[in-house]
Amino acid sequence: MANFRINVNGCDHQLDVDESTPLIYILRNDLGLKGTKLGCGLEQCGACKVIVDGKAVFSCNSPVSSFANCSVTTIEGIGTADKLHPIQKSFVKEKAAQCGYCIPGIIMAAKALLDTTPYPDKEMVCEALADNLCRCGTHPQILKAVMRAASEMRK
Amino acid sequence: MKLSSSLENNPDIDSWLQFHSDGKITVSTGKVELGQKLITAFTVIVAEELDVDPGRIIVITADTSGSPNEGYTAGSNSMESSGMALRQVAAKVRQVLLEKASHQLGVQVENLNVDDGEISSSLPNQSVTYMELTGGKNFNIKVSEDVVPKRHDQYHLIGNKVPGIGYEDLVTGATTFVQDLELPGMLHARVVRPPGYHARLQELNEKDVREMPGVVGVVVDGSFLAVVCEREEQAVRASKRLSGLAIWDESKEINTENIFIQLKKNNRQSLPVIKGVAELSAVPSIKTPQNSAKTITATYQRPYHMHGSVGPSAAMALYDDQEIKVWTHSQGVYPLRLALADVLDIEENRIHVVHVPGAGCYGHNGADDAALDAVLAARAFPGKPVLLKWERVDEHSWEPYGSAMQIELQANMDKSGKILYWNHETYSDTHLKRPSAHGKESRLLASWHMQVPKQSPQVKPLTGYHTGIHRNADPIYDFNDRRIVKHLVDNLPLRVSTLRSLGAYANVFAIESFMDELAHSCGRNPLEFRVDNLSDYRAKAVLEAAVEKANSRIISKGGGHGRGFALARYKNAKCYAAVAVDLLVDDYGSIKLLRAVIAADAGQVIDPDGLRSQLEGGLLQSASWTLKEQVKFDEKGITSQDWESYPIMTFAEVPEIETILIDRKDRPVLGAGEATQGPTAAAISNAVFDAVGLRLRRIPFTPEMVLEAAAET
Repeated sequence: MANFRINVNGCDHQLDVDESTPLIYILRNDLGLKGTKLGCGLEQCGACKVIVDGKAVFSCNSPVSSFANCSVTTIEGIGTADKLHPIQKSFVKEKAAQCGYCIPGIIMAAKALLDTTPYPDKEMVCEALADNLCRCGTHPQILKAVMRAASEMRK
Repeated sequence: MKLSSSLENNPDIDSWLQFHSDGKITVSTGKVELGQKLITAFTVIVAEELDVDPGRIIVITADTSGSPNEGYTAGSNSMESSGMALRQVAAKVRQVLLEKASHQLGVQVENLNVDDGEISSSLPNQSVTYMELTGGKNFNIKVSEDVVPKRHDQYHLIGNKVPGIGYEDLVTGATTFVQDLELPGMLHARVVRPPGYHARLQELNEKDVREMPGVVGVVVDGSFLAVVCEREEQAVRASKRLSGLAIWDESKEINTENIFIQLKKNNRQSLPVIKGVAELSAVPSIKTPQNSAKTITATYQRPYHMHGSVGPSAAMALYDDQEIKVWTHSQGVYPLRLALADVLDIEENRIHVVHVPGAGCYGHNGADDAALDAVLAARAFPGKPVLLKWERVDEHSWEPYGSAMQIELQANMDKSGKILYWNHETYSDTHLKRPSAHGKESRLLASWHMQVPKQSPQVKPLTGYHTGIHRNADPIYDFNDRRIVKHLVDNLPLRVSTLRSLGAYANVFAIESFMDELAHSCGRNPLEFRVDNLSDYRAKAVLEAAVEKANSRIISKGGGHGRGFALARYKNAKCYAAVAVDLLVDDYGSIKLLRAVIAADAGQVIDPDGLRSQLEGGLLQSASWTLKEQVKFDEKGITSQDWESYPIMTFAEVPEIETILIDRKDRPVLGAGEATQGPTAAAISNAVFDAVGLRLRRIPFTPEMVLEAAAET
């Protein structure tokens, strides 16, 4: 067991946990942030993506200790039902979800892209989502939603 | 009008619909939400019929404590069964309430209007609400055949103003999936499966695991192993450790001989299929028709495919003396309850099964198995809720796959290219091994590993209309003389069950590729050739719409570009779908999809966006199966254990898609969730032929397979 400070969605948390615990379990089970999804535990599907210091990263495998003193943003940290982030709004508008399990990870990957790239083309979006899987085949709606969000965020 | 089949079994209005004092209306269905947007469609159907704001409606999905028993949510049947039951229920409710209002207000029914549940007459100050009329009391009536739903020209919502339901929760991470359930005092569990199908536990010293931090228990029941821990990561660690400690007898191996050889060599039961129905009679011999100028044959193959849900299966169970409660993403809470009762050898009514959404479901996946796993883990800790999740490797290695299939086609044509005789034989394992009441046997995975193991019941050939192997084996074309045979092959190596569209995927792939081959063999245009053999005007309409749209734009002029199309009507009774595909084939055998066009006729369109995403999602999933996917295995077990060893379609590989919906407002709703699976595979194959003159008959069309096919030609 070890002591850590970690900032999640703007709040500091002091944790006393086994340092090898993958971040996702801390987020979901200790901090109650269940929007981050467990898909493979192998950094292959992207359902678990969160943003750490501006970059979209997998949370399913890396130990929490590697995030000590970092700022982590989860899907809950970017918007709520009453106050949706423009990316979330665009996903709602485009109805870009079937089962929706992959969507939080995809939105986080899209956010990391759009935060630094206001004018992405389709290839850049696909590249940013290269390790995000969707099995329902919602890709067309998701791509439209990300492009719409880019345009909204430029306003 | 004829009542929905769901109402025949559950005619009481009160079991379907209830008004509440807060102005909400709860609607119960025996079906479940799988991401197919069934809740949206049902909400709109009821809101439309009752003339209430859709925001008032709360759809409650399957729960054995109260919802109607509608079996499984499967087969593209929900709209036609449960959806139409709700339409008839709501129409009956509206009729009853309008009659009451008429009586109370002293106004003829014809002179009453309904606006968001408020019934008013044209006279001033005359109104009453649904809620005031019902007073929250039960109706105590049944729906009868005299019910008259609205006419389509009276619709305000259907096909038009359909709200998006649940999206805010999905995009903010607020939706609770079964994997996200949390109850006070909950424990976390993982299973430790044998290393292969036939491996059995030989020796286990689990002492070290019991001493690991957070380990509350190790459940050992024969070869069924699970760890139960305080924290989830502890369960993951403990399961890995336990897996390392277990010694298995792996002497019995999986037969790895080429699956297509096994499909032809093994014992089988063969039945003729007449008008979509398999008959328990002798298979007629193959004819050679008079005037046959040309005989063409071809063989098509598909491998085992995976459901590959992005979220591994999971379930929560709470076991106590009174009740065993199970939270599951199963497609059928009632059949699962029967299956659990058999394995646990207890009364069915002691088990309460509730549906909670899981990650995308495309047929019988690991959901039911995970439910039994969770119950077995929870049984060791009465009174404690146990959330059991499969790891990725469990999902990939143990889910029931879509069956491998071989289809052999033969056509005899006269000199003019007219098809005189059509012969279709499909060889496959079953496509249906769902759990249900099987007495001393069981189809639940863990039951085969328990101390007193159960056997999986022997399958019998399904004979029903377009079931399993012979789904869409009977072509939609007008061939007068046809011989269709299904071969249910025994003793095949992998665990299988329903995967989206079942046998239709490969049967349509074969038929529609073969139609292309026949057209080319006599120098005919593949579209005209099909139309000449097709009298169903709705089928023609989707085919022509798709091809016209595809031809309306030049996508690529370069070498290696091809366009192909294909058509099917799912089960020859549901949604019509035609798919046209533009693609590129490069010198290394790599296929890149550029564009796809879908034209579909699903009868009356309820939710156009929902319908579109089902059709397009089906196309992309099928394209992924067709281009990339194949479950691999060796003597020991499944080797496709993760997304690297079983790759699926990625964003960069997704083509542009255009979808045309032919809305037939005056026709019955037709299930559409599986309609594009078959046509997509054939359209790709036909486009590859158009591009490079190479006929691909074995799925998947990976670069290796394409080069292999090129070398064989």
